[in-house]
Amino acid sequence: MKILIQGGRIIDPNSGLDQQGDVAVSNGRIASLGRVAQGFQPDKVIDASGCWVIPGLVDLNARLGEPGGEHAHMLQSELAAAGAGGVTSVVCPPDTSPVLDEPGLVEMLKFRAQKRHAARVFPLGALTRGLLGESLTAMVELADAGCVGFGQADVPVLNTQTLQRAMQYASTHGYTTWLRPQDTWLGKGVAASGAYATRLGLAGIPVMAETIALQTIFDLVRATSARVHLQRISSAAGVALLKAAKAEGLPVTADVSMNSLFLIDNDIGFFDSRMRLSPPLRGSRDRTALRAGLQDGTIDAIVSDHTPVSEDGKLLPFAEAEVGATGLELLLNLLLRLAKDMNLSTADALKFVTMRPAKVLDKNSIGHLSVHGQADVVVFDPRTNWTVNSGQLLSQGKHTPFSGFEMQGKVKATVVNGHLAYGSSAI
Amino acid sequence: MKNPQLNKNGELIHLLSTEGLPKDILTHILDTAANFASINDREVKKLPLLRGKTVFNLFFENSTRTRTTFEIAATRLSADVMNLDIARSSASKGESLLDTIANLAAMAADIFVVRHSESGAPYLIAQHLPPHIHVVNAGDGRHAHPTQGLLDMLTIRHYKKDFSNLTVAIVGDVLHSRVARSDIHALTTLGCAEVRVVGPKTLVPSDMAALGVRVCHSLQEGITGADVVIMLRLQNERMSGALLPSSHEFFKSYGLTQEKLQWAKSDAIVMHPGPINRGVEIDSAVVDGVQSVILPQVSFGIAVRMAVMSIVAANEGDAA
Repeated sequence: MKILIQGGRIIDPNSGLDQQGDVAVSNGRIASLGRVAQGFQPDKVIDASGCWVIPGLVDLNARLGEPGGEHAHMLQSELAAAGAGGVTSVVCPPDTSPVLDEPGLVEMLKFRAQKRHAARVFPLGALTRGLLGESLTAMVELADAGCVGFGQADVPVLNTQTLQRAMQYASTHGYTTWLRPQDTWLGKGVAASGAYATRLGLAGIPVMAETIALQTIFDLVRATSARVHLQRISSAAGVALLKAAKAEGLPVTADVSMNSLFLIDNDIGFFDSRMRLSPPLRGSRDRTALRAGLQDGTIDAIVSDHTPVSEDGKLLPFAEAEVGATGLELLLNLLLRLAKDMNLSTADALKFVTMRPAKVLDKNSIGHLSVHGQADVVVFDPRTNWTVNSGQLLSQGKHTPFSGFEMQGKVKATVVNGHLAYGSSAI
Repeated sequence: MKNPQLNKNGELIHLLSTEGLPKDILTHILDTAANFASINDREVKKLPLLRGKTVFNLFFENSTRTRTTFEIAATRLSADVMNLDIARSSASKGESLLDTIANLAAMAADIFVVRHSESGAPYLIAQHLPPHIHVVNAGDGRHAHPTQGLLDMLTIRHYKKDFSNLTVAIVGDVLHSRVARSDIHALTTLGCAEVRVVGPKTLVPSDMAALGVRVCHSLQEGITGADVVIMLRLQNERMSGALLPSSHEFFKSYGLTQEKLQWAKSDAIVMHPGPINRGVEIDSAVVDGVQSVILPQVSFGIAVRMAVMSIVAANEGDAA
C-alpha cells in the first residue's frame, strides 16, 4: 500500500519540522517528507491542501471495551473512534471483563485489534491477578503477549507490602508500573471535597486521597528504584509532590486527563452525571496547577481517559451513575483549545499527545514523523468547524461533558502503519 | 446555568431545593402556607385547589411521617393521592427508576412527591418528565429536604416575626443532614443575621463554613445567645463506629438539656425535624418543655406542603 498525502503543512513537534509539502507512505513507512521521489506511484492520494499533517496521537489511557464487549463489537467502534480522533496508539487499562491477567486474553485482544488495521493497541497487564491486590500476575508471559506495562487501573492495591513486591518484580524485568494515586478509603466519595460537594450533599474525595497515595508510592519508588508512571494527577498538591519527586530524581512520569484540564467541580451543576469522573473534577486552582505542571514538564502527557458508558449508565442519580466519559474523538480538538488558552504553539501542544507519551512508553517508533519511520500520520483540516453532538460520535460511549462545545478543525484522515484507518482518499 | 426549579417566567414549577430560590418565592410560599395554617384550624378543612389532580407519593426510602403529611396536605387540597413505597433493589435500579417514572407519568400524574436516598435523584426525575408534571422533593440523600426547611422557616417566622436579627443554631449531624442544608439556604436567603452549625468535627467539618455559616464545635459556643436552636436527629448508623464512639458520649457533649438551654436567649425556641431520639440529642424535659415548638412544626408542615403543591401545580411550562 502506497499513500500520497498531498500539499499539506507538515508539523512534527519532535524534529521541529514545519513546512508545506507532500508525505509519501510506502509499506507502513514514511518514504519521504516534503518532496516526493520521482516515480512514486501511490495507490491512494489524500488531498491535504489547507490541512495540517501531523504525527498520529498517542493516548496513554483509553478503554476499548474488550475483553467483555465483544458481543457489542466494542473494539470495532472504539478503534473507529480512535481513528476519527487522530489517535494511532492506544494504551488500554487492564480493568476489562475478564481482567487482563492472562497472556491468552492479551494475545486475543492484540489479534482482534490488528485485524482492524486501526490504532495500535498497547495493553497494560494487571499488576495483580484479578486486580485483587493479592498475588502477582505472570508479568514476563504477559509482556511477551504484548503488555507494555502493568497496572491496577482504578483499583488500588490495599496491601502496601504487596504493592512493594509487585513494583520490585516488575522492575526486575524492566517493566514500568502504572498507578493511579488514590487512597481507597479516602477515595470512596463521588465528587471532590469542597464547597460544591458540600452544597450538593455529595460524599467528598479529599485531595489527601491523592497526596497520601503519592507519598506512599514515592517512598516505595525510593526503596525499590522501580519505574512508575502515575496516571491522571488531579490536584495542585499532587502536582507539587510530583515536581519534588522529579527534582529528587525519582524515576517517575505522569499524565493528566483532558477532563481535568478543562472542567472543575462547579461544572457538576445540578447533579450532571456526565461529570461523574474519576479522578473527580476539582477546583479552579487545581486546574491552573495542572496546566502549569504540563508547561513546566512536571506532567508528561495528556490522556483522553476515554471510557465508554452505556446510555443507561448515566441515567441515574449522580452517585450511582457509571464513572467516565467518551474522549478519543475529542482529544485533538480539546488539545488545540488548550493550546489557545495556554498560549502554546500547535507544535508545543502536540508534544503532550505525541512524543512525550511515546517517551513514557519508551517507544521511539511512534509519536513523530520521520523518513523511514512508522507511518502513523494524521491529516487535520483546521478550517472545518463542528459542534460536539453525542449522537454523531463513532464511539459507543455517547456521554461527554463537552457535548455542545464548538470545536475548530476536524481530522480528515488517519493513517496507521501505512493503512488508511479513517477518512477517504481521492483515488 | 439553568435553574431546573423555575420556568421562563421565573415561577416555581418544581420544588427541589431551597438553594437558588429568590427571597420573594420563599416568602410567597410562607405567606400562602400561613393562610393555609389558619384554614387547618377550621372545621371544614378542604379546599378545591387540586380537585381532579393526582399526587403520587414516590418513596424510594421509607418515611411514614413525611409521606403522611404530604398525603394529608394533598387530600386537604382535594387531590387524589397514590402512595407508592418502592423498595429499592440493588445496583441496576437506575434504569428502573426512570422506567418507573415514565410509567407513572403515563398514568396521568400531576405531582410527584419524591424521596430518595441519593442526592440529586429528584433532579434526574424532573428532567425526564413532561413539563406539566411537577416534582416536590421530600428529601434526597444528604442534599435537600426543602419542605422541611420551609416549615422550619414558617415556624421561626411565626414565633420570631423577622429573620434579620436572629441567631439560629443547628446542632448535630450537619454533614449528613439534608434538613440542615435546606434550613441554611433558606435562612441565608431570608436574611437571617447568623447561622451556626454545632457538632463534633466528624459531623461538622470545618468546610461546612462554605455554606455561609459559623462552625462551632462546642455546644456552649454554638447556642449562647441563640434565638432558635434546631436539634437534628442522630441517625442510628452514626452512633457507633468512626464518626462517634457512642450515643451516650454524644449526649454528654451535644445533647440539649434544660440546663444547657439556658445558654441560649431566655425566649429561644427549640425545634427538631423528628423523629426524636429522646436522651440522644435532646432530653425529654426539653422536648416537652415550654420552649419546645416541635409539635407546632408538624402542623406547619402540612400547611407548607399544601402551599408548595398548590403553587407548583398552578405554574406551567418547561424549566427555563
